Amino acid sequence: MPRINSSAELDALRQEILSQRDPDQPCLTLCSGSACHATGCGKVAAAIEEEMESQGVADDVHFRRTGCHGFCEQGPIVVIYPEGICYLKVKPEDIAEIISETIKEKKIIERLLYVDPNSGENTTLEEDIPFYKNQERLVLGFNLKIDPKSLEDYLAVGGYQALVKTLFEMTPEQVVGEVKDANLRGRGGAGFPSGVKWDFARKAPGDKKYVVVNCDEGDPGAYMDRSLMEGNPYGVLEGLMIGAYAIGSNEGYVYVRQEYPLAVDNLEIAIKKAEDYGLLGQDILGSGFDFTVKVHRGAGAFICGEETSLLKSLEGLPGEPNARPPFPATKGLWGKPTNINNVETWSNIPLIISKGADFFNSIGTEKSKGTKIFSLVGKVNNTGLVEVPMGATLRDIIYKIGGGVPGEKKFKAVQTGGPSGGCIPENLLDTKVDFDELTQAGAMMGSGGMIVMDEDTCLVDLARYFLAFLSDESCGKCNPCREGIRQMLKILTNITKGLGTESDLELLLELAETTKGASLCALGKTAPNPVLSTLRYFKDEYEAHIKEQRCPALSCKALIAFYIEPDKCKACGACFKQCPAEAIEGGKKRIHVIDQDKCTRCGSCVDACPKAFGAVKVMSGEPVPVAIAEEARNLG
Amino acid sequence: MSEILLQIDGKKVTAKEGMTILEAARSVGVSIPTLCDHEKLAPYGACRVCTVEADARGTTNLVAACLQPVENDLVVRTRSEKVDKIRKVLLEQMLAHAPDSEELQELAQVYGADKDRFEAESSFCILCGLCVRYCAEVKKKHAVGFFDRGAKREIDFIPEVAIRECWDCKECFPLCPTSALQAAYVLTEALMSPPASSTKGCNSCG
Repeated sequence: MPRINSSAELDALRQEILSQRDPDQPCLTLCSGSACHATGCGKVAAAIEEEMESQGVADDVHFRRTGCHGFCEQGPIVVIYPEGICYLKVKPEDIAEIISETIKEKKIIERLLYVDPNSGENTTLEEDIPFYKNQERLVLGFNLKIDPKSLEDYLAVGGYQALVKTLFEMTPEQVVGEVKDANLRGRGGAGFPSGVKWDFARKAPGDKKYVVVNCDEGDPGAYMDRSLMEGNPYGVLEGLMIGAYAIGSNEGYVYVRQEYPLAVDNLEIAIKKAEDYGLLGQDILGSGFDFTVKVHRGAGAFICGEETSLLKSLEGLPGEPNARPPFPATKGLWGKPTNINNVETWSNIPLIISKGADFFNSIGTEKSKGTKIFSLVGKVNNTGLVEVPMGATLRDIIYKIGGGVPGEKKFKAVQTGGPSGGCIPENLLDTKVDFDELTQAGAMMGSGGMIVMDEDTCLVDLARYFLAFLSDESCGKCNPCREGIRQMLKILTNITKGLGTESDLELLLELAETTKGASLCALGKTAPNPVLSTLRYFKDEYEAHIKEQRCPALSCKALIAFYIEPDKCKACGACFKQCPAEAIEGGKKRIHVIDQDKCTRCGSCVDACPKAFGAVKVMSGEPVPVAIAEEARNLG
Repeated sequence: MSEILLQIDGKKVTAKEGMTILEAARSVGVSIPTLCDHEKLAPYGACRVCTVEADARGTTNLVAACLQPVENDLVVRTRSEKVDKIRKVLLEQMLAHAPDSEELQELAQVYGADKDRFEAESSFCILCGLCVRYCAEVKKKHAVGFFDRGAKREIDFIPEVAIRECWDCKECFPLCPTSALQAAYVLTEALMSPPASSTKGCNSCG
């Protein structure tokens, strides 16, 4: 691999790569992100290679393993270009047919197409599937086009043009100015203006400065950063280099979670390839700019996503936050000025430099510009990664892209912003995703987690779940966070067990206020959000638990009971066979009865009872009727 | 170093750049309660009872006086309804761990904190970290440290280090605002082998 010594040589290489690629040549791409790995894309890939060989198309068809496409619900995903035909839930045994029919004969295999759950209609092209059609994939879009292990692929889609522009046409001040003008706000959660942060680090006195990528994504269910790092590590690195040039740094670190092995692999390959080409190291492209980057694997503490904790962990110390000021921009890694941004923030930088601040400003709302990637999970038909312009409504994301709530269940709330975010109820679904609007609604943007909940979710229990998570993940250094969460969690646990008292709600508010007001870092300051937002919008659920010992969602085990309605039971034995606690008394042609003392409230009987009978009733807040007398149990 | 002009509880205060609000307040005789502060140790910011209200550049924030640097035109209120309420709850949370601590009881009186408001906890430690930090920063021995995190965080001695360093030191004992440190030490002591002079050979191996 020849070292590239100038922007002209880089251009020449790009042209050479492009000249060898025929846009009309069939190209079969397979999503190879972590989610598709879990659903078996490894075996599908092996089958593709084997079939291409045995059907003699290996030389005529290009096969590319790409990063995450985002439609994780439907993986493994195969897309065939140039048409863009999209096959979902592909199995290894489908591959022979895909090659013989679609690649060779240009015929569509209907059974592998996307079927709209509402209309039942098929969609052939990826871009026409509602999940994709309603998104604006400025950042995530590259994941579909490149093999993350191929720097050549990144060059073919215009990679490193922003770096060239930065190094040869812009001063560091101009770069900072462009990012400031673009009004880019940090995608990690706080939404601080990135350009302002860069400017602090640039102006901070000191010869040695650092740039850091925060890929310690810890919110349960969120995986935007993982997918970007796995799918397009070059984009992150290019952004990082531009930032380094802007603030005057020659050394960068990427802090990646231990649990993201594929992200680490792809990143390390990307770094190695960039070094081989001379796109990292000394005198990059002959510009005189030197830059090296190292990968550091985090050891699995949620708090290390907080920037000062991350920097301590990077130094080899326990990951605990420091008070700010001093901010990392003036005193960061090893006491030197440091600029730390989240993966998605860095990924936006090449776009801003290439297309300009005006372009970036043309997308989004007044104070939140550009797009935001969300990980849409929970009780929603199309789970996956979605990228939308800032200002899209929650309703559009959940219904137009997410396809609504599965089954015939009713939407209840959406939780945004990770464990310390908040729950937004249905009447606020027209809230726009925008840093300030979400905060106003009692939630927050966070890093982009979005969990949809239906009527079966108990929001008191949800708040309890998140507080339990935070109780484990708080570093425990400061009193209001450690003790405040401990006490709030105790109260919430009691309420879900029916042991709450009326004064609990007031006490929760008091504890929340102290934790929010006095905690050292953002974890503590936002930890009460799940409590505050559920209390704000779903106070009636708390009251039902406390005053009536009733869980309206029929979810809290201590407050529910299962009862077989004698007049509906057909003595089929389905529930009897499924009950793991042997709590059901059955018998041939005898009405079944649940022994309330033995019942563990697992709900297997409800699932087992045929829909047509619907004999098992879930009850809460009312006494369970006395079991039907032995002699009355015989059916016909 | 340049001078900084600020206001604390209505008093005009001249402070030096780099000072904390706590230092500036003390310089003019304004007292702010603290539990994890110590003159020989770097500010830590764990107990948060030094939380004060500070107005700067048009916004009011709650900040820890022991960590927050002074700045020009800062207006600090060391007591307010909000501050007192926070201190009260913080003290009540700590009293659940250490109801007999004299330091906590004194502050509890000032802020009306009820030591029985929260269910008693099984640890006597309020995790102020004075012992851990003193051993690390002043003695540079690291014989006592923090273990685990979140609600499970605790202090404990590291027997292998304590056996070498603690016999004739114990300078951390008087720093502890509760009885937790000595209790932890006694437990550790039970794990330590007695000093060499008192060791007898074992019957089977000599």
